[in-house]
Amino acid sequence: MQIMLNGETVEKPEGLTVETLLMQLGISRERVAVELNAGIVPKAGYEKQLLSDGDKIEIVHFVGGG
Amino acid sequence: MTQTADKLIIGGREFTSRLMVGTGKYASFEQTARALEMSGAEIITVAVRRVNLDRSKESLLDYIDPKKYTLLPNTAGCYTADDAVRTCRLAREAGMSDFVKLEVLGDEKTLFPDNEELLKAAKILVAEGFTVLPYCSDDVIVCKKLEDLGCVAVMPLGAPIGSGLGIRNPYNIRIILENVSVPVIVDAGVGSASDAAIAMELGCAGVLMNTAIAGAQDPIAMAEAMKLAVIAGRLSFKAGRIPRKLYANASSPLDGMIG
Repeated sequence: MQIMLNGETVEKPEGLTVETLLMQLGISRERVAVELNAGIVPKAGYEKQLLSDGDKIEIVHFVGGG
Repeated sequence: MTQTADKLIIGGREFTSRLMVGTGKYASFEQTARALEMSGAEIITVAVRRVNLDRSKESLLDYIDPKKYTLLPNTAGCYTADDAVRTCRLAREAGMSDFVKLEVLGDEKTLFPDNEELLKAAKILVAEGFTVLPYCSDDVIVCKKLEDLGCVAVMPLGAPIGSGLGIRNPYNIRIILENVSVPVIVDAGVGSASDAAIAMELGCAGVLMNTAIAGAQDPIAMAEAMKLAVIAGRLSFKAGRIPRKLYANASSPLDGMIG
């Protein structure tokens, strides 16, 4: 399946969860927020949240800013 | 008056420092951390951005202990209420805190607030339980509306963001101070320590700055200067200045002059 990850189209196998995606990317869940199709995915839901073809995912964190 | 007796209370939280500092534009994360330390700031602003998927770059929070500071995520770069609200929801999830610095910009050149969108976003965010600190125009009507909507502070600009022009309209800031009850924090425009002191002497509850420190030739020294300026300005305000007079008033007694 194809998902849009932070604005980039990437190919991923079916059955991928948010939890697994973060693990694959080497991202620690504590410091990020995940949005799926413009809705927040609560941290408690990462394990169960399956991704589907065409999903738009944003993974954000804090950077320097004023 | 001791400083410990003069706490700043925002959204139910108590702070000793009245200087709030941004974390952008520094030469390195090491420099950011050292400047923050030197500034004595307890509230620091951060931006919300996409993570680097290649993970090749280090992260700000590798250098700054989020337990030591109150992180105030901003909505910098948002030009609509919808984008700002979306950013705040992400910020809350990432930081596990309701505190947000709400800014909705109207124009890339001036970075002045779009007050209509700002009010719209503030209303939604307060209803969703956010603790909202809005960056706004130095306009008492807008500030009063933000207060009425439930914002815990108002943060009028002293001058355009990053301009270093100082407090361009101290009279507007005074009018705001006289007409709202929530803390008034000057956000944006400060260039030097005297600008920060002026904001505090006007009676502002605090000052928020980024470029004035990060863009200085020696950001660490400027961070200390700003810390002292905010303390000095606050003490000066509390002490009550003398009235301005056009003519001289001798400090030494006239009695006992030699004949």
